[in-house]
Amino acid sequence: MNAILKVEGLKVEFEHPLGAVKAVDDVSFALLPGERLGLAGESGSGKSTMALSILRMIKPPGRITGGRVSLDGTELSALDHEGMRHLRLAGIAMVPQGSMNSLNPVIRIKAQFADAFRDHGLKLTSAELETRVAELLRTVGLPPHVANLYPHELSGGMKQRACIAIAICLRPKVIIADEPTSALDVVVQRQVMETLARVQRDLGCAIILVGHDMGLMAQFVDRLGVMYAGRLVELAPIAEIITRPRHPYTQALISSLPSLEKRGAMQGIPGLAPLLRDLPPGCAFHPRCPRAEARCTTEKPAVREVAPNQQAACHFA
Amino acid sequence: MTPLLEARHVTKRYGTNTALSDLSMSIDTSKPAITAVVGESGSGKTTLARMILGLVPPSEGQVLYQGQDMARLSGPQRRQFRRDVQAVFQDPYEVYNPFYRVDHVLTTPVRNFNLASSRAEGRTMIENALRAVGLRPEEILGRYPHQLSGGQRQRIMVARAVLMKPKLIVADEPVSMVDASLRATILTSLRKLTDEMGISIIYITHDLATAYQVSDNILVMYRACVAEAGAVERVVKHPQHPYTQLLISSIPQVSTTRDWLDDEGDQKTAATPSPHGCRFVERCPVAMPKCSTTLPPLYRTEPARAAACFQHEASPELPNGALNEVLTPTA
Ligand SMILES: Nc1ncnc2c1ncn2[C@@H]1O[C@H](COP(=O)(O)OP(=O)(O)OP(=O)(O)O)[C@@H](O)[C@H]1O
Ligand SMILES: Nc1ncnc2c1ncn2[C@@H]1O[C@H](COP(=O)(O)OP(=O)(O)OP(=O)(O)O)[C@@H](O)[C@H]1O
Ligand code: SF4
Ligand code: SF4
Ligand SMILES: [Mg+2]
Ligand SMILES: [Mg+2]
Repeated sequence: MNAILKVEGLKVEFEHPLGAVKAVDDVSFALLPGERLGLAGESGSGKSTMALSILRMIKPPGRITGGRVSLDGTELSALDHEGMRHLRLAGIAMVPQGSMNSLNPVIRIKAQFADAFRDHGLKLTSAELETRVAELLRTVGLPPHVANLYPHELSGGMKQRACIAIAICLRPKVIIADEPTSALDVVVQRQVMETLARVQRDLGCAIILVGHDMGLMAQFVDRLGVMYAGRLVELAPIAEIITRPRHPYTQALISSLPSLEKRGAMQGIPGLAPLLRDLPPGCAFHPRCPRAEARCTTEKPAVREVAPNQQAACHFA
Repeated sequence: MTPLLEARHVTKRYGTNTALSDLSMSIDTSKPAITAVVGESGSGKTTLARMILGLVPPSEGQVLYQGQDMARLSGPQRRQFRRDVQAVFQDPYEVYNPFYRVDHVLTTPVRNFNLASSRAEGRTMIENALRAVGLRPEEILGRYPHQLSGGQRQRIMVARAVLMKPKLIVADEPVSMVDASLRATILTSLRKLTDEMGISIIYITHDLATAYQVSDNILVMYRACVAEAGAVERVVKHPQHPYTQLLISSIPQVSTTRDWLDDEGDQKTAATPSPHGCRFVERCPVAMPKCSTTLPPLYRTEPARAAACFQHEASPELPNGALNEVLTPTA
């Protein structure tokens, strides 16, 4: 099957007086049509930067310093400003991190949709807008009267669904959802994820889900990419990740999840995430890695195929 | 023995909205334990915390500190209360002044409460408190707030609480802003405070899985009322209230069995809610006719737990005020 989205050697740096911060360091992956891909990793590992850079939405002091992204065969860097604007929402739609709290508080939900349509040069009569919005709200399980409410009149779960509805208003081929449920309680989280799954089925699109909850990833995605210090250190089908993680960091992420089976089994990852502008030599994970050996302190492990469809960046994977 | 804190028939209303309804419980810190308070957004968890901390007065009922009504503490009693009971909140960023080094939030209480007899002693106390929460003092002291991660800033808040050698820490969503691995680290250090320093903790969260991991007892709140309470092991392994059951089945598990999204989950039922009936009736898959008209009391289904649900009406009622009987101390 041909990839719908292809990311090759993507690099993003943030300028900093003490040296460049490599927030995304040579990341490559391909997303298949209709696939659900997860991107997991600790806070600061570069997940959001990665997601934003796919859409070329990195702002200074950040800069894309290398790599290629193509959607359905079209290279995105070849697009002009206008083409790129059209691609957002219509090609790839983003539900940014914290978006439910960044809905404009002084305008009604309906008007937030109108903004998105106008941005894409769609001139709708108010009757047309009314119908489209009601239809989109229904798709995410919200009643039509929500269109006339202000964001503060909605619960967290409703706001998040409204954001999804806005994101899908131009029927994108790919949805990137950055931590869409991390502020919600579990019951509402499941409703929102059900909504996302249904929307995906209806549109037949692919999803990139960004987050750090391995339980959510286990239940939702087909494949998972694990990021550490700006690199994609493991990428494999989710069942492989759960039953046989190859990278010690992936294992650590799984162990940090609170289990409902056994009390006291939850284990944090020792030490701190490294400073991206001052990474440890060799494998960036070595100061925290239970399996580190001498070689790890000097030799940077390359991303390699460790099994069919499974890649990892660890000397011993 | 007089408990450190006691809530007696405490109700809090905001206008016509009841945020917490007729809760009675006491916190006996002579047997240190972690009690989790779990429930969805708006269920009244923070309201409970703020009343225990004396930050808001109850609309009805009383909160007692060492047997004294909180509203009528003397100056010295109030001062003692402010040492005995410490708070840790969700987002500590606003506690920090961006222009001061983080040391400031630690030296201020040492000075204000005369915790140390010399600068050197104060410094040692601060370093010990930082170590108690798993931080290396040399990596923390002398830095500015923006130079630390969210998880480090949150742990400094816990260290500040520890400095006061409190009997109780009330932690309201202390880890909901940090990622999963740091959550585990911070909660493990909270557990140590109870086990090694004898500090009791009220851990407020909407995350039942972390509550299970660190706490001894649990209160599950639903719309201003206690839905279920008891020893955490029993409540989580065998939930008896349909709301607790829904909460548990909603947690996505790391497993190759993928049934999370297929689950029937939360369904609106045909039952009509009534102000006098069970608050969960509109969402309850096993509601009975009487659930719409009568508020279920807590039934003591086992020595160490109770559930407010008519499915358990064969069990004896737990008198309001006896909640503590089902909360078991660890020690
Ligand atoms: N505007 C910016 N200026 C400077 N550095 C930035 C900026 N945005 C991000 N960074 C840096 O890039 C790195 C990656 O950040 P990013 O937000 O992508 O992480 P993340 O994995 O999404 O984390 P989280 O789980 O907290 O959302 C971090 O080290 C961060 O400090
Ligand atoms: N200062 C206030 N003024 C008016 N209503 C309030 C106030 N504080 C809380 N409430 C209301 O009381 C109820 C309980 O709120 P509370 O903050 O205790 O819930 P919570 O369980 O802590 O929720 P969350 O998980 O969202 O923090 C809610 O309906 C809330 O809107
Ligand atoms: S390369 Fe070495 S340090 Fe890095 S993850 Fe593998 S074993 Fe650990
Ligand atoms: S009392 Fe009735 S409605 Fe309430 S939880 Fe029990 S069965 Fe359901
Ligand atoms: Mg992010
Ligand atoms: Mg709260």
